[in-house]
Amino acid sequence: MEIPYNVEERPDTGLYNGKLGIWLFLASEVMLFGGLFSSYILLRTGDPNWFKPELSVPMATLNTMVLISSSVTMVMAWASLRLQDFKKFRLFSAATFLLACAFMVIKGFEYNTEFSHHLYPSSNNFMATYFTMTGLHGLHVLGGMVVIAYLWGPGSRMWKTEPERFTNRVEITGLYWHFVDLVWIFLFPALYLL
Amino acid sequence: MTAHSPEDIRKETRVYIFVFIALAALTVVTVGISYLDLSTGPAVALALFVALIKGSLVAAFFMHLLSERKLIYAVLVFTVFFFLALIFLPLGSFLNQVAG
Amino acid sequence: MSFSEKREEGVSEHDSEVPEAPEGLSEPPDRGAAEAHGAHHQEGFLRKYIFSIDHKVIGLQYGLTALLFMLFGFCLMLLMRWQLAFPGQPIPVIGGLLGNANAPGGVMLPEFYNQLGAMHGTIMVFLGVVPLVVGAFGNYFVPLQIGAPDMAFPKLNMMSYWVYFVGGVIMFVSFFLPGGAANSGWTSYPPLSNIATMGQTAWLLGMVFLITSSLLGSINIITTIIQLRAEGLTYMRMPFFIWSQFVTSFLLLLAFPPLEAAGVMQLMDRLAGTSFFMPSGLVVSGQVLEGAGGGSPLLWQHLFWFLAHPEVYVLILPAMGIVAEVIANNTRKPLWGYKAMVYASVWLGFMSFIVWAHHMFLTGMGTVMSAFFQTTTMIISIPSVVILTALLISLWGGSIRFNTPMLFALAFLPMFGIGGLTGLPLGLAPSDIHLHDTYYVIGHFHYVVAPGTIFAIFAGIYFWFPKFTGRRMSESLGKIHFWGSFIFMNGVFGPMFLQGLAGVSRRLYDGGVQYSHAQDVVQFNQFMSYSAFLLLIAQLPFIFNFFWSMRMGEKVGNNPWQATTLDWAATSSPPLGHGNFAEVPVVWRGPYEYSVPGHEEDFLPQNVATPAPQEG
Ligand code: HEM
Ligand SMILES: [Cu+2]
Repeated sequence: MEIPYNVEERPDTGLYNGKLGIWLFLASEVMLFGGLFSSYILLRTGDPNWFKPELSVPMATLNTMVLISSSVTMVMAWASLRLQDFKKFRLFSAATFLLACAFMVIKGFEYNTEFSHHLYPSSNNFMATYFTMTGLHGLHVLGGMVVIAYLWGPGSRMWKTEPERFTNRVEITGLYWHFVDLVWIFLFPALYLL
Repeated sequence: MTAHSPEDIRKETRVYIFVFIALAALTVVTVGISYLDLSTGPAVALALFVALIKGSLVAAFFMHLLSERKLIYAVLVFTVFFFLALIFLPLGSFLNQVAG
Repeated sequence: MSFSEKREEGVSEHDSEVPEAPEGLSEPPDRGAAEAHGAHHQEGFLRKYIFSIDHKVIGLQYGLTALLFMLFGFCLMLLMRWQLAFPGQPIPVIGGLLGNANAPGGVMLPEFYNQLGAMHGTIMVFLGVVPLVVGAFGNYFVPLQIGAPDMAFPKLNMMSYWVYFVGGVIMFVSFFLPGGAANSGWTSYPPLSNIATMGQTAWLLGMVFLITSSLLGSINIITTIIQLRAEGLTYMRMPFFIWSQFVTSFLLLLAFPPLEAAGVMQLMDRLAGTSFFMPSGLVVSGQVLEGAGGGSPLLWQHLFWFLAHPEVYVLILPAMGIVAEVIANNTRKPLWGYKAMVYASVWLGFMSFIVWAHHMFLTGMGTVMSAFFQTTTMIISIPSVVILTALLISLWGGSIRFNTPMLFALAFLPMFGIGGLTGLPLGLAPSDIHLHDTYYVIGHFHYVVAPGTIFAIFAGIYFWFPKFTGRRMSESLGKIHFWGSFIFMNGVFGPMFLQGLAGVSRRLYDGGVQYSHAQDVVQFNQFMSYSAFLLLIAQLPFIFNFFWSMRMGEKVGNNPWQATTLDWAATSSPPLGHGNFAEVPVVWRGPYEYSVPGHEEDFLPQNVATPAPQEG
């Protein structure tokens, strides 16, 4: 038995199941990070003794660039599949994965510096917000990396048997990945610049 | 999505590169603004404005929302509405606290 | 490939295989055949019953687990009711088993009462009712009623059950931690919850699992409804039950994540020493607490109620859906105002996101925001009234069949009515100042969820039992169950309004014996507790009936109630395993074509091809 519209689009909605599914998931993610942003705004406006230690803007800027680049390579990987160019897909998704690694490593260095300056989540409410939000974002990056690695490696066997379905999977992963990028685009000014 | 010819897709990839350049440039801009030492109000407004542009670029092109189906728009419109409620109603209640 | 081509291919594919009983779909509905089918596919026991990806099995798993949790939550409450009626007296029979940390000499300690209260609320809401109405009924009947072979994402479906299960186990095990289970109420308000015993950490972890499970489930249900509707099943031909599941899933999808965020923050507060919800200079037992401070306890309340208000509609909307199905079937009439009901439920879902701070009128909220939330609260009561009124008018002029499901569905109407109407004074700040946190509130929401939602759940179980098992439940036992439940439910919850109006607080360990001004109403406690114990006894016929009917109930065909929706077109006691319909159904008309003039029988199923006779 086959579930209808797993691969092909349903004519009246123009969507395959996975695409609708991922957008619904992203909608819930908007609300998840929305809750955190809302808390951040409230705590910050509500606390007269709000204190924000200096964070490393250059490192964060570098990380922003890294994440943006990984978004481009991700979308290029998908485009390569649509152009039936599997080799290029492998190349671009490997690049995406490596850029994601770079992001995590840089993030790790940042955390390390902060710890060495005795800045912990418990130090003050800014650091608490900072670690919670970037930590949760980092978990999302990790999750994405697992999926990207899978689609690069064992998962890519599907390309031979069901190319369209595989392309869809890459598209969906891309949507998730760009969303993670998008969250960072807001985290960056909110936590580092303001 | 399947209806696109290779030519279209190649055109799309060129757009992706432009978007990337724009995103990088805007990142530099927003960092630059932060060194201007504006007062809180304008600083927040400007930073959010730039972030909104960047976010819209990612959503519109990388997530190809520009050419997405109506149904997805409907879901997102609801989500944005509830998101705004989540941000502004608690804030409103905070600012409207009775003193004491 | 176009829509109709695809469908045609699907149909012909099945046609050619029917003689060989493809996937067991056309096999007779008895157990032997179902098992043979399992063996035929070499599906192991694990795959078929435990880690199944078939929505029917998952629905049953959800249903049985949630029913057990509900019974458990009810038993917790019985312990509390003993304490409320006979404060300080040893609990008979099982008092000695509760352990010295909880009830030395069988006498309940206040700390234990708090655990029971918090866990009763949590278990009933998150482990009992939601998994029943969405996980069980939603899972089982959404695909069947829209003519789909399964959920859109079967594996995700399986995951959502197991994530729920883990969450439930964490909650259950927390009773055995040092200091016991969570004891800060189901609302877990900080700063109390921040400094509470370890059970609170377990509660938060459990909630993260339960929230994740709901998210997976809701994505699945929404996608299924949008993508897998049978040909011809337009939105306005969907049974009202499907609409209620649709709206409910959106509430779960968008309202739960902020609580997940809040849960993570409270976990950070408890484990990493942050102060999201800790104000500066909090004094506990005469000492100022260490820590950064500067946090806001009210922030938790906002995030909590952002979920928890929509949550009450998660509890009630699917119940309305079930009741609508049962009423349409047993009045043998189309639902009156089907369209109005659909629009009302969408409107209800939408508004439910912007009323939450009516739970917070007493937090020092200023008049501007208070006016806003009072207004939205009054507005949101309108769609509930629309739905309830439509259901009531649907009864008018019907030739009603008073069977057990219908009795429960009928009782739902006034019970929900009482629950809803008593909510209005709570939504207006001036009256809420008096009523807030009294037993009036407990009475109000229990009328909604206990004789309301739970009656709808019973209606659903009696109504759809033949679909699960191919057999009908005993009517006479069902009627005993109904009348017992109906009388004793009101016995438990009715007097709560009077107690609350007299000012008796909720969450009191001794039920208010120290309120000298309220002795006239505090004495009702014994009557209420006796009603609660009798309510337990009234459930025995149901439990017996449930298991007895599985083996001995009257055998029935696919459509024992002469119903019109697609679920009744599928085989009864459908063989477990993937796939639902022998022939992909095509829908020709709306969901409730009962007593169509000019048609021989008094019902016209959605999938029967004869065009409806022209009226005129
Ligand atoms: C039918 C049997 C039930 C009985 C006899 C019962 C009784 C009670 C009583 C007496 C309280 C107040 C305890 C106190 O304030 O100390 C209470 C609290 C509560 N109940 Fe029930 N209840 C029942 C079913 C339910 C159901 C079905 C739900 C939800 C779906 C539910 C949800 C709650 C919640 C959320 C609380 C508040 C807990 C808290 O204070 O944190 N109850 N119940
Ligand atoms: Cu509410």
